[in-house]
Amino acid sequence: MSDSPSASYLPEHPPVTDWVHDFDHTDPVWTDDPFPIWETLRAASPVVHTERFLGCYMPTTYQAVKEIAYDTEHFSSRRVIVRDVRPEISARAPPITSDPPEHKPAKQVLLPPFTPDAMKRLEPRVRAICNELIDAFIADGHCDAAARYTKHIPVRAIAHMLGIPEKDGDLFIKWIHQILELGIKDENEMMSGVREMTGYFMAHLEQRKLEPGDDLISQLLRAKGPGGQPLTDEHVLGSLRLLLIAGIDTTWSALGSSLWHLAKTPADRERLVAEPALIPTAIEEFLRAYSPVTMAREVMKETTISGCPVKAGNMVLLSFPAANRDPAMFPDADKVVIDRKENRHAAFGLGIHRCVGSNLARMEMQVAIEEWLKRIPDFRLDPAGKVTWSEGTVRGPRQLPVLFGKNA
Amino acid sequence: MSKLKIRVDQDKCQGHARCKSLAPELFELDEYGNAHEVGDGTVPAGLEDKAWLAQTNCPEIAIEVTEE
Repeated sequence: MSDSPSASYLPEHPPVTDWVHDFDHTDPVWTDDPFPIWETLRAASPVVHTERFLGCYMPTTYQAVKEIAYDTEHFSSRRVIVRDVRPEISARAPPITSDPPEHKPAKQVLLPPFTPDAMKRLEPRVRAICNELIDAFIADGHCDAAARYTKHIPVRAIAHMLGIPEKDGDLFIKWIHQILELGIKDENEMMSGVREMTGYFMAHLEQRKLEPGDDLISQLLRAKGPGGQPLTDEHVLGSLRLLLIAGIDTTWSALGSSLWHLAKTPADRERLVAEPALIPTAIEEFLRAYSPVTMAREVMKETTISGCPVKAGNMVLLSFPAANRDPAMFPDADKVVIDRKENRHAAFGLGIHRCVGSNLARMEMQVAIEEWLKRIPDFRLDPAGKVTWSEGTVRGPRQLPVLFGKNA
Repeated sequence: MSKLKIRVDQDKCQGHARCKSLAPELFELDEYGNAHEVGDGTVPAGLEDKAWLAQTNCPEIAIEVTEE
């Protein structure tokens, strides 16, 4: 955000005047409302290019995004964030930063703890977390739903899974801000976040080696790699880094966008209050229309995507959010249709890198929306407040002032 | 109505689990969360709509529905 406190010491990018040939996903215009920009880019070409970020492509159609997501031969995941710089690759986060053949064994270790059945066991704790949070502000008749509600649910859920104190959540949020937002333009911020996080988890690793438990850190330490040997500390740390970075502001964002939509759309809100069985379908539509996560790839070998030549050495901004707004794939792509029946959205990615936490995210969203609507069925955006959106790779409201109860 | 049969293509399934959520009677998940059709994939009478719903919501287009 141009008015966020962090903006003052970030190197400024020149404002964009030609989106088709000079796009920039950190431009304040994009941050505020990317949808018309994507429409312009899609109308121009299935793949566009910018000289910013040391050279970067962006597929603009569902088809082009899908071609790249499925093509691990020409497109590597070793860098998954488009930044101003391309620092040496030091802090890996398998399997998100892995390519075949290393990818599959690294992912298989993480899949069993995140199945829908495993998430059912976590659900009661998440429901309790939601209600504890609501208890703290419901009497006020107003709150910043991003700061008081959506932000804390994924942090506490992940902390609970990892067996670490839920109160350490503020630390996690700080590191994620350094890595995903400030880190786009400031390598030192990114490295400092990664270093602190690694130190924190190293201490927990050592402690679990002495006193193993049932938590996810202990499970990873017990897990066996492809050759039957235990995972290295570096691998476990990388996967923990991934769970934290990928599991928190993503769901925070998806939840925030869902509540933002419901706050400004009384008809949809009233329908979900009257028909709670429709909530899972509505959540899929929120995930499509307000997909939070944009990934990246690095072009390793020259190839062609949807007829467009793509050259090695460039990054790719892999915008699942833009793919999900492609009218060639979704009728009324720009409308939020909460009972949309056919919805092959790609909010959790396509191909081998399908988000390992998708079942967790869906459970958190369902529980958080259900509990909110049960206790706060009537709410609206606070006209005196301002909704602000995160910059960069993960998009969602960071301030979401709403009125309810006596103020509804 | 003709009989439907479903099959999950194991090379395409990536474990989004949309099918299991939309048609739990027709799909089961393995320990990694990847989907398989229940039994031989024959869709019991009355569940045809659910089979099509699962098919049209699979992001990987991994579900085949055939009419017998």
